[in-house]
Amino acid sequence: MNKLESSFKNMVLSLVIISVVAAGALAGVYILTLKTIEAQKTQKQQAAILAVLPEGVELGEAQDVNDMIVYPATLNGEPAGAAVQTEANGFGGPQKVMVGFDQEGRIINYEVLEHQETPGLGDKIVSWFKNADKPAQNILGRQAGKLTVSKDGGDVDAITAATISSRAFLKAVNKAYAAFLNDHTEAHTGASQQVHPVEQPVHECDHHCQGQHEDGHKCDGHCGGNCKHHQEKEANNE
Amino acid sequence: MNNGMKTLTNGLLRENPTFVLVLGMCPTLATTTSAINGMSMGLATMFVLICSNVVISLLKNLIPDKVRIPAFIVVIATFVTMVQLVMQAYLPAIYDVLGLFIPLIVVNCIVLGRAEAFAAKNSVGLSALDGIGMGLGFTLALTILGAIRELLGTGAVFGLPIFSDHFAALIFVLAPGAFICLAYLMALANKLQKK
Repeated sequence: MNKLESSFKNMVLSLVIISVVAAGALAGVYILTLKTIEAQKTQKQQAAILAVLPEGVELGEAQDVNDMIVYPATLNGEPAGAAVQTEANGFGGPQKVMVGFDQEGRIINYEVLEHQETPGLGDKIVSWFKNADKPAQNILGRQAGKLTVSKDGGDVDAITAATISSRAFLKAVNKAYAAFLNDHTEAHTGASQQVHPVEQPVHECDHHCQGQHEDGHKCDGHCGGNCKHHQEKEANNE
Repeated sequence: MNNGMKTLTNGLLRENPTFVLVLGMCPTLATTTSAINGMSMGLATMFVLICSNVVISLLKNLIPDKVRIPAFIVVIATFVTMVQLVMQAYLPAIYDVLGLFIPLIVVNCIVLGRAEAFAAKNSVGLSALDGIGMGLGFTLALTILGAIRELLGTGAVFGLPIFSDHFAALIFVLAPGAFICLAYLMALANKLQKK
């Protein structure tokens, strides 16, 4: 068979036919893989939720709080903390993290769902902050909300040569805590004060605001905007 | 038969796409942070290369010369998107790492280069062999490069620790290490060629 001549009709026809066949083939593959891809995503998310909460918990209905997703958990009918899916901008792009809190707001565990940090440096966020042998960098079991890297006056050791990634990660965790509190107080209005006495004595406020100043509302929830740091900042702004 | 054998082995060393033709440097440098990543990228490219070579060789008489490039690109892009979807569905861990680079296979010079230089002029069988050979050569180069960078940068190969990462030089996992390793490998390939 001889090669088709480059006439206008031939060119249009062959391109149209090739494109149509290609589009059809793609649509087929898309439909075939759609379910599996969806299942993979849900599975990954579910696995992360279960990994950050104690064993045997049941998950309640997911709730959206400030663009974060809160999955409240119950153990034998009693509330048992929540898993929160949170996000912050890291060095290379958004970091998506699933954080598990117990009833008192202490971090049970975390899983990094997605990140684009530098391999060998920032990508250590995946395990750096849950190293039980190194308490200075371990955040498991700590009270969230006021976590800051030591460079910024906090008490969490940042990843060597990846302070920005570490900062972003802790910001994500603190944001998750804010969402957790928010959801928590909504769900248990009134009762929460008695049941969870651990939440924030006033003297902790300074740290708290430092980490979280952008979330003004959260600060109010804790100290009524009365803490020294908060007021100084506002004075400065004016 | 002799001809087929020659086509197949062509891509492995004599015309190795990475070390000799120096095509497709973006994925070569960017994805070879570990041996497994390099190999996955190589295999994905090989799949696209074989499929596109076969299809383009089949269609070579139906595609008028003046529109051959857009036609080739459509064919290549179709296979790349298929690889992307299938990988996303069945190999999510690897997709997470390579995700960004999979769509870039479309503009990988090797794929279009082989379509234009080989598949558009040769029979279906030879084109398939050429795709396999070139794909293997590319995969081999990326795996070696990835293994060396992983070993020097983290002290492991394919995730198996060889020595403690206290003695590893992180620079080899980062971008400069990619250039350094690639340069030494090319020098080595050149020396082997001359003998």
